[in-house]
Amino acid sequence: MSKNNNHPNETIYKPGSQVIVDMLLEQGVEVMFGYLGGVVLPLFDKLYDAPIKFVIPRHEQGGCHMADAYARATGKTGVVIATSGPGATNLTTGLATAMMDSVPLVAITGQVRTSLIGNDAFQEADTTGITRPITKHNVIVKDPNTLAQTIREAFHIAGNGRPGPVLIDIPVDMQLAECPIPPKTEIELPGFKVKSRGHGRQIAAAVAAINDSKKPVLYVGGGCIISGASEALRAVAQKANIPVTTTLMATGAYDQSRPESLDMLGMHGSAYANYAVQYADVLISVGARFDDRVTGKLDTFAPSAKIIHIDLDPANIGKNVHVDIPVVGDAREVLEEMIDGLEHRPRKEWFEQIAAWKSKHPFMYDKKTDVIKPQYVIEEVCRQTHGDAIITTGVGQHQMWAAQFYKYSKPRQFITSGGLGTMGFGLPSAIGAQVAFPDRTVIDIDGDSSFNMTLTELSTAAMYNLPVKVAILNNGFMGMVRQWQELFYHGRYSQSSLKNPNFADVAEALGCVGITVKKKKDVPGAVEKMLAETRPCVVDFHVDPTENVWPMVPAGKSLHEMDGLDIFEMA
Amino acid sequence: MKHILSALVLNRPGVLAHVAGMFAARAFNIDSLAVGRTDDPTLSRMTIVILGDDKVVEQVRKQLMKIVEVVKVQDFVGQDVVARDLMLLSVACTPEKRPEILALIEMFNGKVVDIGAKFVMVEVAGPESKVEAFIESCRPYGIKSIVRTGTVAMARQPRTKSEE
Repeated sequence: MSKNNNHPNETIYKPGSQVIVDMLLEQGVEVMFGYLGGVVLPLFDKLYDAPIKFVIPRHEQGGCHMADAYARATGKTGVVIATSGPGATNLTTGLATAMMDSVPLVAITGQVRTSLIGNDAFQEADTTGITRPITKHNVIVKDPNTLAQTIREAFHIAGNGRPGPVLIDIPVDMQLAECPIPPKTEIELPGFKVKSRGHGRQIAAAVAAINDSKKPVLYVGGGCIISGASEALRAVAQKANIPVTTTLMATGAYDQSRPESLDMLGMHGSAYANYAVQYADVLISVGARFDDRVTGKLDTFAPSAKIIHIDLDPANIGKNVHVDIPVVGDAREVLEEMIDGLEHRPRKEWFEQIAAWKSKHPFMYDKKTDVIKPQYVIEEVCRQTHGDAIITTGVGQHQMWAAQFYKYSKPRQFITSGGLGTMGFGLPSAIGAQVAFPDRTVIDIDGDSSFNMTLTELSTAAMYNLPVKVAILNNGFMGMVRQWQELFYHGRYSQSSLKNPNFADVAEALGCVGITVKKKKDVPGAVEKMLAETRPCVVDFHVDPTENVWPMVPAGKSLHEMDGLDIFEMA
Repeated sequence: MKHILSALVLNRPGVLAHVAGMFAARAFNIDSLAVGRTDDPTLSRMTIVILGDDKVVEQVRKQLMKIVEVVKVQDFVGQDVVARDLMLLSVACTPEKRPEILALIEMFNGKVVDIGAKFVMVEVAGPESKVEAFIESCRPYGIKSIVRTGTVAMARQPRTKSEE
């Protein structure tokens, strides 16, 4: 066999580092995130000439979140690179975040040369061992003959079925060895088969149950965004006349301006969504996994509903609740197959009941006060961006308010760490989304504590002239923790308050624009300035430190047992 | 309830760690786990005995299927299976006690594989209950050491009409 012959049906040989780059290009990778180190130098040498945009974060965790958000914003597979040892261990939070939220990601880590593995070599860590539970799949390449195909398989596994992160650990000697590139063929993995089409009889049973229902609710999860099911969802909801509630992960999967939208459900969901679920006679779950933050007390969740569960991952079905009609399949494909059989039902009483709940218990806050309410800042951001920005968040109170008070209409518009709840996700994910969409407005609605965790990435935004906006809802606390301490720990605020730096000064020092807002009347002007800014811009809003997220289903309570509804009525 | 799962997995490094790690991470109880190559050198067979109700075992089966290196998983519950444990047991045995102990071994279809002035090492294979019973029978003499494989199992082929 001749070497370096480009005939497509013949195996060609190249150094492993070049094979990696070739495989990335073959997969259509345009952007990568990552950080250098000793054992990835051969790879970075080849990347020097590659037509791939590269973004260097200030910390590997940031790079992993950037690649994750790039994937969430575009639907493509994100790619992150790190060196061995500490580089790889720094990826772990990012990998776990992507794993919990089913984000397609390929992580490439360098490893010490194969002859040193297991010898406690410099910057050696058992990367595949450490990341096994937080990746969909991982593999270490110890044979040059398998390198190319391993990379192809990694992309195949990451992006197909229920997506997730796949890590490839590549020892430095594999990057230097001559490695074959076999011709590209259909990938056949005996242990990885995806059935995306739902079972016809199950779909028919689901359709019949929906047609017979008087009080149905569509409970929609992140799977609808992943599978691109928004159109099909709209068609189903409108044809069959069914109200729709979305989980945090599905924010934007259904246009919130539609009358049948019930907004978010769950612990901090809307009263009307939670009531609707509790009174439903048929609950149609699409691409959601009955997370404890959604269901509250399981025994009394949707107590009178027949449950239809549509999910691509069979392991999600029956894991937390008893399911009456399981449908294993892709959310979009199953919904599309259901449309024809569904019949329109007026459901007048049901919609009247929902309208009554909506008018009695909307998301509310005190609009008359002189202090800056965090919800007001978000409403102002929403108003000035016409609900069209990409919003990212950290984790905590600000995240819940960003879900409650910004009104989303499109999928992939809201990027948040739902499953793992990773504080510090907001800024790097805004950078990742901005890299994907340089011309769109990307705003990290953040909390001061979350922002503190990864604010070093402001340097990255400045270096690449990425005009990300950061709106810090600064209450000087780990707000959600403070709220729980207030409600459940007798107001003993153990270690939950912070002495923050002057964030505007920090922003300026790191090459960004910094603005501080302490007065309510300055909010609209500051938002306007932030949106007009072409450089990365941080606006530090000093908001009411005592504000809580309402309504709230206390942990272990049923969905309808919400606290904070009376506070709404007083306001 | 006890379930025997039989998993066909790729014969690759790290697969056992992946499977065992998943069990630990999801708080599933493994009673025993036996691994060995199959006739196809690229595949291994894992026989996993777990304790749990049907819902738990169903979740175990689904979680196993999600592991990329796991090709196939069967739950033998309700099936006619042959399940066997293999054990090596060393029991204290003076020459005077030999006839008695050898008779016991005979009774359990065991095999003497090593013998000394003060002990005898026995190989016993069979259903778990038989292996357990042999242990109990040896206890009065003084058990020195036990090594067990854990259960391996195979479903019996459904019989055709003519065989019946």
